[in-house]
Amino acid sequence: MSELEATNLTNEPTPNQAPQNQEMALDDARRVKTLSPGMLVFKRFIRNRLAVIGLVILIAMFLFSFLGPFISPYTETQVFYRSDTISKDYAGAIFNTELRYSVKEGEKFGGAEQARFLLALGKNQPHFKSGENTYAYIEEGENFYRIVQLDLFAESLIGRLNPLPGNTIPAGFEEVFKKANDAGKTSFVFEGTTYILTKEMKATQISTQRDVAIASYSIFDAYNPQDAALTNSFDFRLLSESAGVKNVKTFTFGGRIYKINEHEGQITILDDKGEPFAEVSNIIVNPLDQNEFLPVDFKALARDAIINRDTSFEYVDANGVTTEYDVNRVNTNYYIKRETPTILINIFEFPSAKHLLGTDNNGMDMLTRLMYGGRVSLMVGFIAVFLELIIGVVIGGVSGYFGGGVDTALMRFVDLFNSIPTMPLILIFGSVMDTLEVTPINRMFILMAILGFLGWTYIARVVRGQILSLREQDFMVATEATGIRTSRKIFRHLIPNVMPILIVTATASLGGLIITEATLGFLGLGIKYPLASWGSIINISSDAFIMGTYWFMWIPAGMLILLTVLGFNFVGDGLRDAYDPKMKR
Amino acid sequence: MRNFIIRRVILGLFITFFGAMLSYTVIRSLPTTYVESIARQRASNPLSMKSYQEWLADLNKVYGLDKGIIPGFFGWLGNAVRGDFGESWHYGVPVTEKFADVIWVSVILNIITTLVQFFIAIPLGILAARKQYSRTDYAITIFALMGISLPTFFLATILKYVFAIKLQWFDLYGLTGRFHTTMTSFQQVLDIAYHLVLPIVTLMMLSVGSLMRYTRTNMLEVLNSDYIRTARAKGLPENVVINKHAFRNTLIPLVTSLSGILPGMFTGAMITETLFQIPGIGYISYQAIIRGDIPFAMFYMVFLILLTQVSILLSDILYAIVDPRIRVN
Repeated sequence: MSELEATNLTNEPTPNQAPQNQEMALDDARRVKTLSPGMLVFKRFIRNRLAVIGLVILIAMFLFSFLGPFISPYTETQVFYRSDTISKDYAGAIFNTELRYSVKEGEKFGGAEQARFLLALGKNQPHFKSGENTYAYIEEGENFYRIVQLDLFAESLIGRLNPLPGNTIPAGFEEVFKKANDAGKTSFVFEGTTYILTKEMKATQISTQRDVAIASYSIFDAYNPQDAALTNSFDFRLLSESAGVKNVKTFTFGGRIYKINEHEGQITILDDKGEPFAEVSNIIVNPLDQNEFLPVDFKALARDAIINRDTSFEYVDANGVTTEYDVNRVNTNYYIKRETPTILINIFEFPSAKHLLGTDNNGMDMLTRLMYGGRVSLMVGFIAVFLELIIGVVIGGVSGYFGGGVDTALMRFVDLFNSIPTMPLILIFGSVMDTLEVTPINRMFILMAILGFLGWTYIARVVRGQILSLREQDFMVATEATGIRTSRKIFRHLIPNVMPILIVTATASLGGLIITEATLGFLGLGIKYPLASWGSIINISSDAFIMGTYWFMWIPAGMLILLTVLGFNFVGDGLRDAYDPKMKR
Repeated sequence: MRNFIIRRVILGLFITFFGAMLSYTVIRSLPTTYVESIARQRASNPLSMKSYQEWLADLNKVYGLDKGIIPGFFGWLGNAVRGDFGESWHYGVPVTEKFADVIWVSVILNIITTLVQFFIAIPLGILAARKQYSRTDYAITIFALMGISLPTFFLATILKYVFAIKLQWFDLYGLTGRFHTTMTSFQQVLDIAYHLVLPIVTLMMLSVGSLMRYTRTNMLEVLNSDYIRTARAKGLPENVVINKHAFRNTLIPLVTSLSGILPGMFTGAMITETLFQIPGIGYISYQAIIRGDIPFAMFYMVFLILLTQVSILLSDILYAIVDPRIRVN
């Protein structure tokens, strides 16, 4: 009886048909509920409580893995951040050990000259030459030099004074020169002009001097950024630093009187109104972020803290906000730290309403990763089983159908293949993929292929056994008698009869495949980041600290694997029982 | 029977031979990164007189990698049948020596696991079969299926989490404790036993399920057979029916299944040993395999293949011993 008829007859009788039913004879064919074989299997399957539970679990898992990602507000590799304050380096400070130069307006004192100057300073020579020009330096104070350029005025060779062309030697000049030269002096003053004596070969050169630059360790920070050019100008620096060296409390520049206020080596210059005008110090304070501008009063506070060896100081900024800064010393460097609001990757966040299962070690939402991971795990399992089925059915089918020598040869091949240990081989492939740096997506496909290729032998045996017994049955004799094509015999008559047992075997082996895939992922040889799979999610629990501290990193994924495999085993069991009640477990 | 055994032995040897060849082909087809890295290491040594290429050629010659796969395989086989499996690249000692060093741990681990497993699985399996479709049966079936469905690593991690981290009863890893060297030999044995508890529980939980189901299936088959009906019809007490008539017949497949544990005993539980860092053959092989140690991997694979063949043969022989009906055919 066809399935259609069967379902029609098993329908609940409608009220109109009731009288008919009462008249039905005992042996009426309609009284006997006849079910198709498929329906019988289904009925038996439904009656098995465990199998139904397994089916429900599997449906839930599929919905979770394949529909979940559409519902989840996050994507597979979305990284979450949080803002927090962490103590971060804000500025750095160091004692200046390099001379800072200020060149007089209209003069030139570039890198080459500075290098010559440093050489001369190191060798303790009073003069130095750079190119055509001769320079001298005058030490005005400690690490404070005034550099002058010497303009040749006259030359004295063997007691004769020769003025340079265009110059005339004033009366009485020679006597003063000789006096100074004989006394071994390097300079003398004549009529208010200072002349410098330098030896060049056997000649003594007499030059006038003019200021070119000053060099010192001091750094000038103007309170008003507009004054920066002024404070760094030659004249201002010369005046203020000279005043500082000479311990004069005031100096006049540009018609204004400036006051010098010195405290512990730091100098504050006050303008004529008594307002702080500039800070002079030998400590460089720089922001670590180039875009940041450090106010001068902040720098002053930082310098005070460094000199007083304080470990922290407080600074009130222009908006009146007080911030505490820590000063750390590392060798000769000082680091000024403050609590800075920072964007951090939100790793290992405990479950909350926003992330129901927390976030993982990459700051990604765990629940979403589990959904995508389920997709990969199930897909790997299904495709591998599909491959197993194709290879198994072809080899088992050929072996069973043709029998004889082909059968023996193929079965020995199956024996051989079956004897090869799977796990070591998969491990070898996994580590080879590591060394070849296969991309994660290719890795997934290779893994599917390997798993499928290594597991088909059982299916081949089952198919062969089935086909061997089916071959002897009457309907096959009938196909022989009607003389239909071999391919039609195989695909129309044999394969459909093998189908149920194939479904049972495939369902049961899916569980094992998912476990294998997860094990590989756990060992770090399976699916790799950024792709997620349940096994690779648990991988992190091999770190004992993470395992003990963040349960949500591995328990949910493990439970999902367990439930899925359990579901496949329940359903596989139920299907087998339903298909062949005699073979009850 | 003798003919059968001879046929079986020949087939086993044939399969082992081709299995070894297949394994060798697969392993040799892989990029030989391990040798290359050693060559690179030696060439970068300032005292080295040879270039990387020269070192590579030398090493390939030493390890027989300069020959083709087929001659290489026969070279390996020639040495292997004489018991020379070469020197492990990773461990730097002869493969067989390393194997002899660590095998006892795996054997002990597996023997205890098997015993515990039989003691738990057989009574429960019989119980489930006697009360088929009862609540007990369902509970046992679910428990068995849970065991089968649990991935090794997840079970091991749970056990470690509960017993090593939360309760702190056991150590997380290792075979010996911190003070192992200062103990007396009796204490050392206890120390090792103590460290084997979690691995044994893991292995037992994983394999007890399938054995339980196997027992149950066989018991059900026996209980449905005619001689049991006869025994009951005679009015024998249920205890006698179960313990004398049914149980003895259930033992037939169980005894033969004993031979199946042989490969596992000598090849170790790779995943479990790795997870607990128990230096048995499984863990040692895992370390060697992921580092591309060809001599060790070859030895391990061939050993596995051979043991599988031996266990199949043993199970056939055992079957014939316990079941006289087989001998007749």
